[in-house]
Amino acid sequence: MNNDSRPLLLELKKVGKTFSEDIVALRDMDLKIHSGDFISLLGPSGCGKSTALRIISGLTEPTVGEVDWKVSHGSGAIGVVFQEATLLPWTTVEKNVWLPFRLQNKSFKEKKDEVERSLELVGLKDFTKSYPRELSGGMKMRVSIARALVTDPKVILMDEPFAALDEITRFKLNNDLLALRETLGCTIIFVTHSVFESVFLSDRIAVMAARPGRVIQELGVDEPYPRGESFRTSSSYGVICRNTSEALKLAMEN
Amino acid sequence: MASTDIKVDSPSPNKVVDKNELLKKRKERNIKIGKWVMPIIVFMITIYLWYWTVQVNNIPHYILPDPFLVVTTLIQDIQILLSALQVTIQITLMALAVAVVGGVGLAILFTQSKFFEISFFPYAVILQVTPIISIAPLIFIYVDNRTVGLLLCAWIVAFFPILSNTTLGLNSVDHNLKDLFKIYGANRWQKLLHLQIPSALPYFLGGLRIAGGLALIGAVVAEYVAGTGGIGSGLAYTILEAGYRLNIPRMFAALLLIAGTGVFIFAILSFLSHLLLHKWHESALQKEN
Ligand SMILES: Nc1ncnc2c1ncn2[C@@H]1O[C@H](COP(=O)(O)OP(=O)(O)O)[C@@H](O)[C@H]1O
Ligand SMILES: [Mg+2]
Repeated sequence: MNNDSRPLLLELKKVGKTFSEDIVALRDMDLKIHSGDFISLLGPSGCGKSTALRIISGLTEPTVGEVDWKVSHGSGAIGVVFQEATLLPWTTVEKNVWLPFRLQNKSFKEKKDEVERSLELVGLKDFTKSYPRELSGGMKMRVSIARALVTDPKVILMDEPFAALDEITRFKLNNDLLALRETLGCTIIFVTHSVFESVFLSDRIAVMAARPGRVIQELGVDEPYPRGESFRTSSSYGVICRNTSEALKLAMEN
Repeated sequence: MASTDIKVDSPSPNKVVDKNELLKKRKERNIKIGKWVMPIIVFMITIYLWYWTVQVNNIPHYILPDPFLVVTTLIQDIQILLSALQVTIQITLMALAVAVVGGVGLAILFTQSKFFEISFFPYAVILQVTPIISIAPLIFIYVDNRTVGLLLCAWIVAFFPILSNTTLGLNSVDHNLKDLFKIYGANRWQKLLHLQIPSALPYFLGGLRIAGGLALIGAVVAEYVAGTGGIGSGLAYTILEAGYRLNIPRMFAALLLIAGTGVFIFAILSFLSHLLLHKWHESALQKEN
């Protein structure tokens, strides 16, 4: 897809992160995120994918380099989804989705519509009053996604969100995530160590190498959306997966 | 062989009998009933043995009264006993309330300032590990007001479990949730109110259940030390006084009330805990199953 026609949203410029003398999590990482991108960070564990996300979200300061935002980004500009659903167990699904607004001191009443819409988008409008412990792993993850969506963020950061789920649930959530993105046109940075997942979901894959962590190759996935089950079984999917695997292999030998 | 085949092929699968599952279910049911029945049976046997021992050996009631005499005494002396019980319960509850306020307040201060925590936590531990019975006499030297002295003793015993449990709870917030709050720009107050305090609730309630029993122990022990009675003395003094007069049945009756109070406090606090946690917390979940 033609990324250059989309406006630039943010840019990592020569970002490096050194935790201690012998732990260089990232070095000279460059990455451009355009509005509407679905970009995957793919790499072996320990290559600094999570660190990159933490730097983008502002949780961690880079040691060198900078994150250059092209737009203003206040509270609610970033949505996050972790590997665990990370819900507040003591309150209901709808109150969990309201949380980002609650932290902006906006009442539940005021934001009820947004909360309901978000839950409807992830297919959970019948579970608004449930408690997290009553839900399955996949449903909890949906709540987590609804919470990330609810503020209509500029970018959604997802750190191996489906890695802990079974394959059937993961496929279903992959499809639904793409459908969501079609509807909302949101920008997503998606961390995964699954080649198949990254190819199926994203329009661009940044393959990362470890020690020090950096982007070693960027691959475009020039397949039109919407992508469905037919894409998963198509020959072009197979070809792209093979290319990506080879890039990843190269990254790991590096 | 043939009969098993028929069972497996049976059109209504509900009818298929699995011996192991059936046995397991029966055992579960027996335990459920037994949980109530067995303690009652043990209780009745104990009472009977007690009664029998007293009767057969002709033990005088100023050494060991039989259980019926204890109950009769309880009913006869109910006025004295109840007013004493009221005093003990008052001290206990007041101490527990102050322990909650003090313990939770201090725990919150601790989480707001690590420096404060590392400065003061060791002293909380020292206060806790020093037996109350050895501090109490000093307290009654320096504190003139008897009630305040009792309260102070009961508080010292009760507040530590609340402090340490609540501190632990406030500090054991899920780190991803902490990150989430940070990303959404939550301030310190929002983090405390919407994240740390709810996370700490199960820990706090665990501490509270322990503290309830300890407050009663503290109140009773302190009164033994305080000694002198008069108006406004509690059950501990009733026991002491009855002991001087060799009124053993009354000692037993007072003991019964103290034990009953302890059980009652524990039950109330357990119920409170269930009420607050049953919708979401794992501990309550497991109890239901
Ligand atoms: N807070 C930290 N302190 C020290 N080292 C860290 C910290 N966070 C991550 N690291 C190290 O940085 C490297 C990259 O970690 P991470 O970004 O979590 O990798 P990934 O998400 O790709 O598995 C790892 O070697 C990890 O041990
Ligand atoms: Mg990671």
